[in-house]
Amino acid sequence: MNLWPIIIGMGLVTFGIRLVPIVLLGRIEIPLVMQRALRFVPPAVLTAIIVPEMLYRNSQIDVSLNNVRLLAGLIAMVVAWRTKNALITIGVGMIALWVLQYLMGPG
Amino acid sequence: MPSSRTEFFNGCKAELPILLGVLPFGMIYGVLALQAGLSPALAMSMSLIVFAGSAQFIGTQLIAQGAGGLVIVATTFVVNLRHALYSASVAPFIKQVPLRWQVLLAYVLTDEAYAVTITRFTQPDSSAALNKHWYYFGAGFTLWASWQISTAIGIVVGQLIPESWSLDFTLALTFIALVVPNLKDRASVAAAVSAGIMAAFSYAWPYKLGLFAAAITGIVVGMIMEQRQPHPLTPSPETKQRLSGEGE
Repeated sequence: MNLWPIIIGMGLVTFGIRLVPIVLLGRIEIPLVMQRALRFVPPAVLTAIIVPEMLYRNSQIDVSLNNVRLLAGLIAMVVAWRTKNALITIGVGMIALWVLQYLMGPG
Repeated sequence: MPSSRTEFFNGCKAELPILLGVLPFGMIYGVLALQAGLSPALAMSMSLIVFAGSAQFIGTQLIAQGAGGLVIVATTFVVNLRHALYSASVAPFIKQVPLRWQVLLAYVLTDEAYAVTITRFTQPDSSAALNKHWYYFGAGFTLWASWQISTAIGIVVGQLIPESWSLDFTLALTFIALVVPNLKDRASVAAAVSAGIMAAFSYAWPYKLGLFAAAITGIVVGMIMEQRQPHPLTPSPETKQRLSGEGE
């Protein structure tokens, strides 16, 4: 199978999504309701990516102490809240994951 | 007013902490793409042409499973639709720059570049800073270069990193570091919590549609909460209309 057309298609679609609102909305005013909505895009979208990463283990929701990613993620959330520092949050989160994996066996 | 060079380097600097989460992710992509059967040239080209992490991961997975081209392109569209919201969000702040700049800035618009750029654009002095699109470009370029370099490293040496290091978890940690410190009022907390609950239950939906449904849920819940208890930092509709006479 020739994969080049697929990759170029993926690129065009992605670029179009990113460009069209910039070009169009630069010339018209955004409705107020949309301006209000956009404030909630980062917390909504990013949390929607984070939560399944923490909850799911082998395609199943796992809210037990055996789920090391859930525990490490919760620790990282506390660190992020207290320090507001991305580097420290990621560093502590990874160390927590490695320690928990060492203690409980790989998840 | 900050010079274009100052804005550019401030944008680069603001992006740096995020790179710790992006670099391993780019390397893992490089490894996965080769495992999916892509040639090194195709794997590298996907990072250059598509430049969208989650879509590239899903794309290589679908290629490995032998999915048809239309399915792959349509899935990319769904997974990246959130970028239309980012694009609309930055549009009012860069409407004065020439089209060739807008084309360049659209190409480097990612989750990570958006997160630091919108923080700069919504600062009180931002409306007077004519060079602030350089800040956006600095953040976007830093992430772009890091993604290309880490993809190349992943293609060359990534296979040596054992899976037991769980470096893919840095993606979730990066997003945690971006979201949690910005949950400053009840409405944004409600948006995040409701989106998270919806995402947990819609995770198995096809084409990552669950992610989109969860995002819409969070946005709607956040707006309803804001209606009930207006955010002190958000101007009321009346104030905003009065201010709109002065431009953005």
